[in-house]
Amino acid sequence: MAKIIVVTSGKGGVGKTTSSAAIGTGIAMRGFKTVIIDFDIGLRNLDLIMGCERRVVYDFVNVINGEANLKQAMIKDKRIDTLFILPASQTRDKDALSKEGVERILNELAQEFDYIICDSPAGIESGAMMALYFADEAVVVTNPEVSSVRDSDRILGMLSSKSRRAEQGLPGIKEHLLLTRYNPERVVKGEMLSVEDVGEILAIKLLGVIPESQAVLNASNSGQPVILDQDSDAGQAYLDTVARLLGEEVPFRFLNVEKKGLLKRIFGG
Amino acid sequence: MSDHSFELKGSLFPLSVLYCQDLSAAAVKTQLQQKLAQAPAFFYRAPVVINVESATQAPDFEAIAEVFKELELVLVGVCGASSELKKAAQAAGLAALQLSKSKTPAKEVKEPETKAEAVVAAVMETKVVEQNIRSGQQIYAKGADLVIRGTVGAGAEVIADGNIHIYGTLRGKAIAGAAGDNQKRVFCHKLEAELISIAGSYWLSDSLQGEYWGKSACIGLQDDKLVLADLL
Repeated sequence: MAKIIVVTSGKGGVGKTTSSAAIGTGIAMRGFKTVIIDFDIGLRNLDLIMGCERRVVYDFVNVINGEANLKQAMIKDKRIDTLFILPASQTRDKDALSKEGVERILNELAQEFDYIICDSPAGIESGAMMALYFADEAVVVTNPEVSSVRDSDRILGMLSSKSRRAEQGLPGIKEHLLLTRYNPERVVKGEMLSVEDVGEILAIKLLGVIPESQAVLNASNSGQPVILDQDSDAGQAYLDTVARLLGEEVPFRFLNVEKKGLLKRIFGG
Repeated sequence: MSDHSFELKGSLFPLSVLYCQDLSAAAVKTQLQQKLAQAPAFFYRAPVVINVESATQAPDFEAIAEVFKELELVLVGVCGASSELKKAAQAAGLAALQLSKSKTPAKEVKEPETKAEAVVAAVMETKVVEQNIRSGQQIYAKGADLVIRGTVGAGAEVIADGNIHIYGTLRGKAIAGAAGDNQKRVFCHKLEAELISIAGSYWLSDSLQGEYWGKSACIGLQDDKLVLADLL
């Protein structure tokens, strides 16, 4: 039985697509057959981050409307052979998704895949609701600042009241907190909320902390999920995150300010 | 097909009722004349019922009917009559009407029942919520106390007609005594509220800063003023 994981946040620009790409790739690297679905209809980004934008022929909406089948629309990753991407439509809007259509496709994918990652659009409208409705688990991506935390709280409320599991009285969606763009130096200066602050407000289990890193932007621009850049701090933090998502106990890293060595002080970090 | 040319239906009409201590024809005539002098047109040919509750013996209904005819009033009947007086009235060709206020035995039995219902309604129910209340969520305990076994997030609202108990942190809005009862209170394990309202009076977080901010507290109303106190 496939596990459906939604990557969501409420607020835009916090790193949902980057995290979807990294987590999906990380799970696939462990040998699980994984598909990442881009629910952000009209603002197609996942294919860019995954570096497969020029291979998009058919999309999610085409499959829902019966204009193409899943085999035609899914793009097989060139780096990891258990990883697939189902891109969003760039020309339609979010109302093109129907609950019945999404359910039919998820059921079809569940026959074949171990993990289905749903990359949610920002906001709390129909597109985001569609992405989270069928989820078994949720990764709530949050930046350490108040508006992002507030929006995450709102999405957590939706997860516990508007999802299929809530409506059918099933056990609730398993919620994970993924803190991204974390900068320990700014936390020390009091310019950013700390892991503890965010954890206390949202009161859900911490899945991972991704440090603010130049590697993320580089990865996005080159169409390589950042988790493949295993020399970078962000890449390693995503590897830890995936391990925890699969149930392993891994200590948290990159939470404290790194002490600079003498050479780094002289020549710059 | 029903025949509409003849129907007998019940209807309600306003009737003037005459209350008079002395029901002798002479006394009724004098008093009615005085009354009619004030507004002769208003009572012209008005249908009137005589209340005979206070009468100990049957008045001379025929003589009274004569007085009414003379003064251009229409005597319809009597009300509040004992069975003896009813007979006398009927003999004079008057209707015996039933007073709407008259207490029938059936009604007396009903009264204690309604009292019992009122007592049951006064007992407050309790609504218990076993989770965090997130931003944008709203919980209303109608006619009940509200217990939250979790945290009320910023941007969330908890409302109760009764008291509100929050075992986690209160960061959102808490509205107790929503039905207007100013004796209701808000209890919370950690006070960081955006707003607290009791029976329509409210305070924003600015007014809640101080000794109890970030600590457990009990918030109530005393002489329309907000009173914060220790939980224990």
